[in-house]
Amino acid sequence: ALAAEWPKDAFAAKQLDEAIRAVFGPGAPSPSTAVKLRVPTQAENSAQVQIQVLAEMPNVEAIAVFVEKNPSPLVAHASFSGAEGYFSARMKMGQTSDVVAVVKAGGKLYSAKQNVKVTVGGCGG
Amino acid sequence: GLNGRKAFAGDKKPADLYDVAPFGNVTLLHMTDSHAQLIPTYYREPNINIGVGAARGKPPHLVGEALLKHFNIKPGSIEAHAFTFLDFEQAARRYGKVGGYAHLATLVKKLRASRPGRTLFLDGGDTWQGSATALWTKGQDMVDAQKLLGVDIMTAHWEFTYGAERVKEIVEKDLKGQIEFLAQNVNDATWGELIFKPYVIREINKVPVAIIGQAFPYTPIANPRYMIPDWSFGINDDHMQKMVDEVRAKGAQVVAVLSHNGMDVDLKMASRVRGIDVILGGHTHDAVPAPSLVKNAGGQTLVINSGSNSKYLAVLDLDVRNGKVADYRFKMLPVFANLLPPDKEMTAYIEKVRAPYASKLGEKLAVTEGLLYRRGNFNGTFDQLIIDALLAVQGADIAFSPGFRWGTTLLPGDAITMEHLMDQTAITYATATVNHLTGEQIKIILEDIADNLYHTDPYYQQGGDMVRVGGLQYTLDINQTHGKRIQNPTVKGKPLDAGRKYKVAGWASVQPIEPGKPVWDVVAEYLRAAKTVRVGQPYIPRLKGASGNPGYAV
Amino acid sequence: MADIQTKIRTKTQGDMTDVLVLIDHPMETGQRPDPKDKDKKVPAHYIQKLNFSLNGKEIASTDLGPAVSKDPLIGIKLKGVKPGDKIKVTWSDNQGQSGNGEATAG
Ligand SMILES: [Mn+2]
Ligand SMILES: [Mn+2]
Repeated sequence: ALAAEWPKDAFAAKQLDEAIRAVFGPGAPSPSTAVKLRVPTQAENSAQVQIQVLAEMPNVEAIAVFVEKNPSPLVAHASFSGAEGYFSARMKMGQTSDVVAVVKAGGKLYSAKQNVKVTVGGCGG
Repeated sequence: GLNGRKAFAGDKKPADLYDVAPFGNVTLLHMTDSHAQLIPTYYREPNINIGVGAARGKPPHLVGEALLKHFNIKPGSIEAHAFTFLDFEQAARRYGKVGGYAHLATLVKKLRASRPGRTLFLDGGDTWQGSATALWTKGQDMVDAQKLLGVDIMTAHWEFTYGAERVKEIVEKDLKGQIEFLAQNVNDATWGELIFKPYVIREINKVPVAIIGQAFPYTPIANPRYMIPDWSFGINDDHMQKMVDEVRAKGAQVVAVLSHNGMDVDLKMASRVRGIDVILGGHTHDAVPAPSLVKNAGGQTLVINSGSNSKYLAVLDLDVRNGKVADYRFKMLPVFANLLPPDKEMTAYIEKVRAPYASKLGEKLAVTEGLLYRRGNFNGTFDQLIIDALLAVQGADIAFSPGFRWGTTLLPGDAITMEHLMDQTAITYATATVNHLTGEQIKIILEDIADNLYHTDPYYQQGGDMVRVGGLQYTLDINQTHGKRIQNPTVKGKPLDAGRKYKVAGWASVQPIEPGKPVWDVVAEYLRAAKTVRVGQPYIPRLKGASGNPGYAV
Repeated sequence: MADIQTKIRTKTQGDMTDVLVLIDHPMETGQRPDPKDKDKKVPAHYIQKLNFSLNGKEIASTDLGPAVSKDPLIGIKLKGVKPGDKIKVTWSDNQGQSGNGEATAG
């Protein structure tokens, strides 16, 4: 398939809902335990937060990753035409936020989210 | 001394404390968080260790009388002194000092002799840091002490603050063939490969026993990341599950996790991961007299946490039958120096390793009129002393001192030596700092640290205590959420001004900074000038939501 | 920018192959103050498209934004990869630069 154009509007969207709509069109994703989102509970380095998304449902078409409280929530969007429903990356987070993974499979949208804490350190037992 | 011996006339006979009848066929010995305390010291347990959410009122969030009641310990007994702060000064004079590797070695040898060929000795880490000699030898004095003590397996936290290269050097050269250094949750930050061996399976008394290591998951956040820039940590309980399944598939009949998670994280991990028989944990320095039993989808898991400062040795006897753990007995033994003769070989080693530093360690800086201790969610008198010194010497508006849980205790009338001061401050990033921070920045710091302590989900905590503050007063609402816990902060009676810059003294910055005068020099300067110190009530913020909490006693 | 490194690592376990791509790229957001001139910002410079192909056939295409970290590390998974299969990645950034890398499955 020919690669589509880079989705400028989706990356410019300021709100999470708006960004999800800009990527996937209308319709809200349903939370699903088949979307395995692996992010740390606390970021070791807010400039490099490792994220892995594994979509366990069949016919995965796309995965997108969002950081709700980033100035522009969309981080990345992957479309699959042969690869499995999996995507990993490292991303920047401005502050503590929910991280949201949205999966498109069989024409439907599914999601998972987890809070990732960005914190000053310096305490310890 | 005399007081110590006399104490047992009308109490248990000294020998009874350590006569633990063998049970079953496999024994795990566990110590953790010794923080390099080679010689006996005093160590006061906390009077504030508040649990929030589901952890409220459950071990380890019990102090004083609530702890005694929960574990059915007789008030006034030697165990009551070991596990609580109650009547600390009087009881400490009566029962004497605790810990020390020479006394611990005697106990380990005694237990091993009573259980020949069936023990594994696990050290949960925070072993190479916490004393002047550990710092000055880059952990070497403790590494050699661990080997002499007979530790079989370890995991780590503060060990990493000597830097990745030093850790690698010790693991590959010093520990090789003698002590396994395990961590299933330390990976190459880019490619994800494991840095250390995740587990070992040892045949103990014909029983295959698997030990899986779990290093402190938040090392790069709670301590300087620049020390270990290429390593990534985390709780990684999905990988833990994988390791458990893997060792079970290889035939392990006992699966134990040697953890440095902190007890609240251990409890949550035990509820999520299937197939672990026991988690032997550390980091939060909780000395818990009996195991907590956690149910999960695979059955149940015991969680044990074994205190700090070489004050305890935990003994877990397991009866392994028909391929699984059928029963167990547990005893947490406090190490009382008066009751255990020092091991000769270890005594000689400790004397040798300390000799080059004797005069430096022994310098008398001042005499304390009151009890100096550290443990507690908000402050201790020794922390207050550090705060007082920072404010005075640095001429600051506000002082911050980190909420570490290690450090020894001094009784009224004791001389404060350089060694004692180093017991509170000996870290590899001890530079004393002066920063100009806005009221807003100060509020954010306090909120972040309060969240690390009182987030209701343990995976979002970090297992330390609240930063100690001077020059600033505030109210802390324990049951609030991030951003709302710190209320009405004031400086010199006036509200903390979000836009104004304050001069803030501190130490132990986790950011890479220009190395400068270490905090012990600042405090030593203060103590030498004072000659005698009298620390009043340590400053504790006004607390909301704490009264009636079994983890709170004042 | 031929000097930008594009590294690919593959790891096969069972019938699943992990493909991990590391590209040395600044991923400038356009919001960072210029260290040399505080009134200016370092111009945005980030990879926008990163595509994967297996033996010449596209298998995944990704759109990246400036919130992807410096030196992007992007991973996908493939099933049924055979030894000798060629995995290729091509990328292009907002300044019109591009690069590629190739790996042969072991
Ligand atoms: Mn510790
Ligand atoms: Mn620790």
